[in-house]
Amino acid sequence: MTLLFDIQNNILSLCLKGDYVGYENEREKSSLMQIITSKKISTINIDAKHLKKWDSTLVVILFTLSNLAQSKKIKITLHHFPKELERLLKLALTVDQKKPSPTKNNLSFIDMIGLWGINVYHSARMGVNFIKKTFGAIGRLITGRAIMRKVDFLFALQDCGWKAIPIVSLISFMVGLILAFVGAVQLKLFGAQIYVASLVTIGMTRIMGAIMIGIIIAGRTGASYAATIGTMQVNEEIDALKTMGIPTTDFLVLPRFLALVLTMPFLTMWADFMGMIGGGTVSILMLDIVPQEYVRYSINAFNLDNFLVGIFHGLVFGCVIALCGCYYGINCGRDADSVGIATTKSVVSAIVWMIVMTGIITLACEVIGV
Amino acid sequence: MTKKNIIQAKNLTIGYDENILMKNISFDIHKGDVFIIMGGSGCGKSSLLRVLTGLMPPQSGHVWIDSKNFTNASQQERDEIMKKCGILYQSGALFSSMTLAENIALPLQQYTDFSKSTIDDLVSLKLALVGLKGFEDFYPSEISGGMKKRAGLARALALDPEIVYFDEPSAGLDPVSSKLLDDLIIDINQSLDTTIVVVTHELNSIFSIGTNSIFLDKNNKGISGYGNPKELLKNPPNETIKQFLTRGEGK
Ligand SMILES: Nc1ncnc2c1ncn2[C@@H]1O[C@H](COP(=O)(O)OP(=O)(O)OP(=O)(O)O)[C@@H](O)[C@H]1O
Ligand SMILES: [Mg+2]
Repeated sequence: MTLLFDIQNNILSLCLKGDYVGYENEREKSSLMQIITSKKISTINIDAKHLKKWDSTLVVILFTLSNLAQSKKIKITLHHFPKELERLLKLALTVDQKKPSPTKNNLSFIDMIGLWGINVYHSARMGVNFIKKTFGAIGRLITGRAIMRKVDFLFALQDCGWKAIPIVSLISFMVGLILAFVGAVQLKLFGAQIYVASLVTIGMTRIMGAIMIGIIIAGRTGASYAATIGTMQVNEEIDALKTMGIPTTDFLVLPRFLALVLTMPFLTMWADFMGMIGGGTVSILMLDIVPQEYVRYSINAFNLDNFLVGIFHGLVFGCVIALCGCYYGINCGRDADSVGIATTKSVVSAIVWMIVMTGIITLACEVIGV
Repeated sequence: MTKKNIIQAKNLTIGYDENILMKNISFDIHKGDVFIIMGGSGCGKSSLLRVLTGLMPPQSGHVWIDSKNFTNASQQERDEIMKKCGILYQSGALFSSMTLAENIALPLQQYTDFSKSTIDDLVSLKLALVGLKGFEDFYPSEISGGMKKRAGLARALALDPEIVYFDEPSAGLDPVSSKLLDDLIIDINQSLDTTIVVVTHELNSIFSIGTNSIFLDKNNKGISGYGNPKELLKNPPNETIKQFLTRGEGK
């Protein structure tokens, strides 16, 4: 199992002797390749007269050798090769000779920034177009020209509505619980643990309820939108819709968008309520607050403005999640991998955009003094 | 008698960004033809079909359907033209959230003003035509791959199209089903004078159904053979086609 070779008059003769099974001798391989690249060689003769057993490890060496020789315009002649080996080698060397599309690896830094800028511009434009199309579809729905199946809408409504209630209840209950706990540790120092009720009420209604719901629904419903629509792309169902002249925004996006936008405010309300119950559980069981007192302080702390701002957050998050999920689904590639990528992207971008929107809404509230 | 051209491809260049697949190809498809698009794997047959059906714009050139410029048409004109076309996708492309009946009813609801009972009757008829009588209430996930294809065909035929496109109809079918599908294609072609455009590798299908064909060649990015497949086999214009049509055995 060695690569024996000698060089005479620019001719390299390689003799294969014995077994080459599981052959793995990097040193010999690289010294052979090195000689071929560095020395002036016109022909390589490979003799397999004494070759006994062999496997793919030998084919790999011969394959690399042939490729190298091809690129350096060195002639290769094979002597006494077993038929199978020769065929295998020939097969490996004659596959698709199509040039791979030019790789853009060695770009300069400036080029990379430029390319990134162009990409951002394109995705921004596509995103804006998608939003425009969606609102166009809503317009068509209002004028009764949209092609949307009522069943699809009801199904989506059911999916993001009452089917989401258990998980939403659990998480918001826990969030209320945690808020109360963390708050109580500090408030107890001043003997003001009764204000846990106000803390939980304001915290949940103003923002926490909406944010928690947003994150749950982005992971649950947004991801499922992206995966469902992405799979439809893979199955050519989107192509079928397009060629039937049915706008995908009407047929796929609209029912999902409407369902989510309609349910999100209610889910937010429910989350607010469950959070307060969570807070109450801690207060009553651990802080020895009388239930009536907790309720009274909660009602006192309840402020309609806060509540409405929270609901508004929920509404906006609904738009964001539905748009992100559907957008990445529709722009999904045509293989299973792309569906995974689309799902991930939809969740990540939905969360990022929710945070951005929260910032904007908070700023706007600050300005108008709510 | 010269037959009417129903589809005309004029100087089409097809590709993805820098990866040009076909350069400047032109061909005509006559009304009533069973037109075969053949060529090696990855040469751009499916891409050509996507261009012909308007799913992807050509990089240059135009597709004319029924003497109307399809490539430059507005969305509305395009829908009007596509109404006359049915497409059977490689996987059937049935909508998985709908039953077979709902799938087939969709284009009918979209483009006709028929009453519900008429649509129901039409759906049953189309399903029966493809041998799926009684499968109205099945979901696509509940039927086999071959049945999905046939259901997809029923949907493609829903509006009595003038042109039906097929992307590899026999891929993934056993020889008997694939023969049945070929027979079905011939039936549709002859009974309704429907123009059929088929992308396929299947030699048996090519010879049994094809009345005209083009051979796409990856090496020169163009059409290297054009005509009735049987004629092409008799007088192959070049070695590549000969190899293809004889499975590389025609030495
Ligand atoms: N969405 C895409 N983006 C970029 N390149 C693509 C895309 N789809 C296909 N290609 C490229 O176009 C080439 C032709 O693809 P196409 O699917 O048209 O081939 P085909 O002739 O239908 O092959 P097959 O017989 O295997 O189905 C492929 O080599 C592929 O690299
Ligand atoms: Mg294909």
